[in-house]
Amino acid sequence: MSTHAIEAVGLIKRYGDKEALAGVSFEVPRGAVCGLLGPNGAGKTTAVRILTTLTGADGGTATVAGLDVATRGGDVRARIGLAAQDATVDALLTGRENLIMIGELHHLGRRVAAARADELLEQFDLSDAGGRLAKTYSGGMRRRLDLAATLVARPEVLFLDEPTTGLDPRARNELWDVLDTLVADGTTILLTTQYLEEADRLADDIVVVDHGRVIARGDARALKRQVGGSQLFATPTDPGDLERVAAMIGDIAGAPPGIDVPSRLVQAPTDGGPLAVSRLADALGDAGIAVDDIGLRQPTLDDVFLTLTGEHIAEEQPQEVAR
Amino acid sequence: MTVHVPSADTRRGSLLGDTWVVARRGIQHIRRQPEALSDVTLQPVMFVLLFAYVFGGAIDVAGGNYREFLMGGIFAQTIVFGAFGVAISLAYDRTNGAIDRFRSLPMAKGSVLAGHAVASLMRSLLPVVLMSICGLIVGWRIHTSVADAVGGYALMIGFSFAMIWVGVLMGAMLPSPEAVQGVAFTALFPITFVASTFVPVESLPSVLRTIAEWNPVTAVAEALRTLFGNPSAIQGPDAPWSIQHPVIYSLAWMVGIIAVCAPLAVRAYNRTIAD
Repeated sequence: MSTHAIEAVGLIKRYGDKEALAGVSFEVPRGAVCGLLGPNGAGKTTAVRILTTLTGADGGTATVAGLDVATRGGDVRARIGLAAQDATVDALLTGRENLIMIGELHHLGRRVAAARADELLEQFDLSDAGGRLAKTYSGGMRRRLDLAATLVARPEVLFLDEPTTGLDPRARNELWDVLDTLVADGTTILLTTQYLEEADRLADDIVVVDHGRVIARGDARALKRQVGGSQLFATPTDPGDLERVAAMIGDIAGAPPGIDVPSRLVQAPTDGGPLAVSRLADALGDAGIAVDDIGLRQPTLDDVFLTLTGEHIAEEQPQEVAR
Repeated sequence: MTVHVPSADTRRGSLLGDTWVVARRGIQHIRRQPEALSDVTLQPVMFVLLFAYVFGGAIDVAGGNYREFLMGGIFAQTIVFGAFGVAISLAYDRTNGAIDRFRSLPMAKGSVLAGHAVASLMRSLLPVVLMSICGLIVGWRIHTSVADAVGGYALMIGFSFAMIWVGVLMGAMLPSPEAVQGVAFTALFPITFVASTFVPVESLPSVLRTIAEWNPVTAVAEALRTLFGNPSAIQGPDAPWSIQHPVIYSLAWMVGIIAVCAPLAVRAYNRTIAD
C-alpha cells in the first residue's frame, strides 16, 4: 500500500479557455496535515473537487487512500470526508438527523449511524442542540456540525475547503482546537485556506498554489527561509524620513528594502541578526532621525506569500504594499 | 465508549436503500416548511371547496353537476403542478451545496434523483388523497367499476411520474429556486387553465378552444372524468379525437413526456453537477 494518503500527479483542469489547474503535483503522507495555500481563484477548490471525485481532471492522475480517483470513485468516497466551502448542513433537519442521514448514506446501518451521531454531537459540543433544526444554529455551530458530518464514517482522509471562512475569531479558534484532536487521532487532512496564519497553525506541510500551479512547498520554516531570513524594520516618526531610513536599512541589510507608506514601515530581509538592529539604531541616532519602532522579526507566511506571488498581487491590487 | 464503525471494505449499500434515505429527507422537508406543507394539505382542500361552492353555481356542465365535473380537473392540475415541487427542491439542493455533499458520499448512482422523485410523488399524491376525501364530502362520487376507479388513480400516479421528469429538467436547467418559481407561474398556470380543468371547453373562444382540446391537461382531466364516470367537458360526435379518446391520448402524452424528458433531464442534471 502506498505510504501516501493523497498523491496528485500533473493535475490539469480547464473551464472553457481558463486553465484552473495547469499541472499540479503534490503528495500528502498518511497522518499528515497539508495546507493548500493560495489566493481566491488559485485552483485550490478545483484540486479538492478532483481529489474528492466531484469532477474529473482533464489531465494527470490522482490517488486518495491508495485508490485512483478516476476509476475507483465509489471506494474513494467511502474513505473520505469533505467539508465544502459553505457548510452544507441540511437546514431543515436537526443536527442529529443530519449526522444519521450521512451515516446511513455511508451504509453504516441505522443503529450504528444513530450511535455515531450521538457520539459526534457530544464530541463537537452539540449534544444540547442535536434535536434542534440546523437552521437555528449559529455560524460556528453549523461549521462544527458540517465537520462532524464529514467524520461520521471515520474517514481515512479529510478534505476541508476553507474551513474557517466566515467564522469569527472565537469560532475559528474553537474549530482549530477540534482539528488538533483529529490530527492526534491520525486522520490525514488536506485543507485549503487563504489565511496564512491558519496554514501555519495547522499544517505540517504547505503547498502554495497560484494560477493553477504549485509555486512553493515545504513546512512553514522552510518557506520562511525562502524569504531570506528575518526582517530588519523601522518605523520613522516623520514620513519625510522614509527615504533616508530606507537607504540605511538597505545598506545594513544588504538587500533592497520595502516601504509601506501608510504605516511608515521600512523593512528588508537580513541575516545579520541582532547586530543589524544595533547598527541601525546607531545610524539613526547619528542622523538624528526619530523612530516609533525598530527591530527584527521572524518572517510570517504573509512575507513568503508576497515574495512568491508579489507580482500578481501588485497587478491586481496596486495599492497594497508589503508590510 | 467509542462506537465501532465497520470498515469501508465491508460496507454495502443499495440503490433502494439510498433512494429511501434521500426520499425520507425530502418528505421531512415538506413537513417542516409551512408553505410546502400547506401546498400539499390545505391548498388542495381549499381548491376543492372554493371551486365547488364559489364557481359551482356559475358554471353549467351539460349532463351533471359541477362538483363532479370539477374533480377530474383539479386532480389533473395538482399532478401537473407536481413538476414544481421537484424542480424547486432540486434547484435548492444544487444552489446550497447539498448535491455536492451527496456526491462526495459512496451513494448508489442515481439515488439522489430517485429519492427526489419518490418524495415528489408523495408531494403529488398526498393532495390527491386529501382532495378525494374532500370531494366525497362535497358530493363527488365514482360511478364506475372498481377496475375503472383503480385505473383512474393509476393514471394519476403514472402522470405524476412523467411530470417529475419535467421538473428535473426545469430544476437542472434553471439557475435558482426563484427562477423555477418564475417559469412555473408563467408556463404552468396558463397550461393548466387553458384546458377543461375548471370550465367546459365549449365556453372558450375558438383558438383557445382548440388549444384546450389538445392540451394534455384536458386529456388527463377528461380521462379521469371518463374513468370515474363523471360528467365530461365535451360530449358529442363532433369533438376532436383527443376528447373522444382521453385515456389513450393522455397515456400517449405520459409515455411521450417520459421518453423525451427523462433522458434530457438526466443529461441536463449530470451536466449541471459535473463541474
